[in-house]
Amino acid sequence: MTDATFPASAAAPQSKSSLLVVDERTRKRNAAEKRFRAYGLSAIAIALIALVVLMYSIFSDGIGAFRQTYLEIPVTLDAAQLDKNGNRNPEDIKKVLTTTYGKLLDQSLQAVMTQNGITIEGIAAKDVSDLISKEASAQLRNRVLANPDLVGQTIDARVLVNGRVDGYYKGRVSMESAARDSNTSPAQLQLADALKGKGMLSTEWNWSFLTNPDASDQRPEAAGVGVAILGSLYMMLVVLFLAVPIGVAASIYLEEFAPKNRLTDIIEVNISNLAAVPSIVFGILGLAAFINFAGLPQSAPIVGGLVLTLMTLPTIIIATRAALKAVPPSIRDAALGVGASKMQSVFHHVLPLAMPGILTGTIIGLAQALGETAPLLLIGMVAFVKNFPAAPMEGLFDPASALPVQVYNWTQRADPAFMERASGAIIVLLVFLLCMNLIAIFLRRKFERRW
Amino acid sequence: MKSAKLAVSALAMIAASATVASARDQIQVSGSSTVLPYATIVAEAFGENTDFPTPVVESGGSSAGLKKFCEGVGENTIDIANSSRPIKSSEVEACKTAGVADIMEVRIGYDGIVFASDIAGNDFQYTAADWFNALAAKVVKDGKVVDNTATKWNEIRADLPDQEILAFVPGTKHGTREVFEEKVIAAGCEESGAAEAFKAELGEEAAEEACMALRTDGKSVDIDGDYTETLARIQSAKNGIGVFGLSFYENNTDKLKVGTFAGVTPSTETIAKGEYPVSRPLFFYVKKAHIGEIQGLKEFVEFFVSDELAGPEGPLAAYGLVSDPELAATQAAVASETTLTN
Repeated sequence: MTDATFPASAAAPQSKSSLLVVDERTRKRNAAEKRFRAYGLSAIAIALIALVVLMYSIFSDGIGAFRQTYLEIPVTLDAAQLDKNGNRNPEDIKKVLTTTYGKLLDQSLQAVMTQNGITIEGIAAKDVSDLISKEASAQLRNRVLANPDLVGQTIDARVLVNGRVDGYYKGRVSMESAARDSNTSPAQLQLADALKGKGMLSTEWNWSFLTNPDASDQRPEAAGVGVAILGSLYMMLVVLFLAVPIGVAASIYLEEFAPKNRLTDIIEVNISNLAAVPSIVFGILGLAAFINFAGLPQSAPIVGGLVLTLMTLPTIIIATRAALKAVPPSIRDAALGVGASKMQSVFHHVLPLAMPGILTGTIIGLAQALGETAPLLLIGMVAFVKNFPAAPMEGLFDPASALPVQVYNWTQRADPAFMERASGAIIVLLVFLLCMNLIAIFLRRKFERRW
Repeated sequence: MKSAKLAVSALAMIAASATVASARDQIQVSGSSTVLPYATIVAEAFGENTDFPTPVVESGGSSAGLKKFCEGVGENTIDIANSSRPIKSSEVEACKTAGVADIMEVRIGYDGIVFASDIAGNDFQYTAADWFNALAAKVVKDGKVVDNTATKWNEIRADLPDQEILAFVPGTKHGTREVFEEKVIAAGCEESGAAEAFKAELGEEAAEEACMALRTDGKSVDIDGDYTETLARIQSAKNGIGVFGLSFYENNTDKLKVGTFAGVTPSTETIAKGEYPVSRPLFFYVKKAHIGEIQGLKEFVEFFVSDELAGPEGPLAAYGLVSDPELAATQAAVASETTLTN
């Protein structure tokens, strides 16, 4: 029998294998494990490095948008130029255009230079007048129109300086680059330095980046994300008020009430497919359905919100269904066992337990919608919008922009100062997304139940 | 698709309530990205200096803008289409079919197309023939049509620097590309005498195509993005040469060096005088039916072409627009609401 020969052959491997001495096979397995760990670590390291590089480039470019250089000078509002009839009639003052105010600012700056004995060699008249942002004359005009009594007085004005001088104090522009730059000159920067020496020019924290509307290509220093934030907010409101009730209702029905048959299977597959549809497709649908068919206005947050609602619905439905599925059947059985109706068991017991999951899914869906640009391209929201939309509900129909759209717009502008603005807008967008994710985590922690 | 049905019914209800509320009080503009900066500058100034709201300006390209423009008349269609080329007769037809019968054409000025390279690089003096010989797919060598194999600029013409040929040209979706092909490549084809050789060897129609075909071996790179992308490419590939709009170059003179073309340095002056050949008119088109319906539309159009804005001393010229010597005629046409006649 084979028994007789077996012990002899079995004894040989036994004597070789020992727990203290690692054999070839074990060594190989250990090596494979080490390699795998190294792969994993390097994957994480690559991801981290990419993240750090991305964050560094965005923050180093964009942090400048939150600081802005201002000039404080006394401006004489010459009555002869602003109010020729001398009767302080607001209608007459309105006829004076911003160009006149620009000239007043220019004269005031020249006066300041002579008073303080600032002389810069080889400075052109254009360099002096261009030092002050073109936005300043519009601000001054609005101030005078709001209070016509100011005409004839000398007021202290705090005005923006042009984007190049501002860039000089943020390290974007140097004397060497200014010499080659047709929009500034070393003499202009020297004048700025001289004004800074007198304490009139300072670089300060810039709240107006968050509150100002967009500005045209000639005045990057005045551009802000105010309209974009408001537009994004309005769209999120629309998404919240439409996608959440519709999505949650649809998933409760599908998960708890719908019969399991071929039709519901098809619906399920379609929802999963919809979640993977490229967002631009929803934009095309939005253009056809909401603007061309329903006659909604272009560039309005309501249309953007509706399109994003369609885009977010599948995400919310899938997340809600997963959350409902995660509630143990025993909860439902117990509720039904004590005599609750199907609906009572769902609304009194299942839904509260699924809430953290639903909220997380909703917020993730909203965050995804917040960062979306492509569908907005087709419905006219990728636009230059200067006026703030009114308060809801009316404001939902006014033109507005959105945060990712603002980033997209600014990266296309010729003036390099807009690159800084674009990065600044990205920072704002990232902060919003971070806040939303934090809220999601907080809600999950607070309401989560473990069984 | 239950959810979709639910969604549609809910949305339909909102839509129904919305149509009542939407009385548009701001002007809607769309179209060319070349005209966009000028349109935003004017829109901003218009909002500041009048009681009308600031017009909303979209970009997206001349063709896309004109397509939107020709969708019909009414409050949810745009009022003005910006275009970096004249409207085509097919587009006028499409407009007519959709009910947009009276179109006002307004020429705001001219835009130059310039060739610029990295500020620290070599100086270039181009001619149209140089560009053709450097970038065309087929060139004429010793009387024969051969594939273009030139790799350095000094192979094209001995006066040019010893530098690799690498050009970033606008992609085919840009209006600038058409002008580049027509006024530089096709002109160079004629100028270098290649057009004759092509005609002799390939026939009339094929010759025209051969004159426009750019090489595909990586020496000529299509840029489908904006000039900002071209600039970024030049900053990473220092021997590259980019095709830019004059206004973009004027805003980035600290990074770019411009080459002369046919011995002329591009500037608003040389283009206005007609010395610099590579330029094109810029337009916008207005729906006459919307004047009176949309508040401030006529005022905006008049404001746009006024001397204070579009004139040689105005902000548009400061930004890089070559102001139209016949601006007064345009102003008169706008005042009398003259429409296209074809």
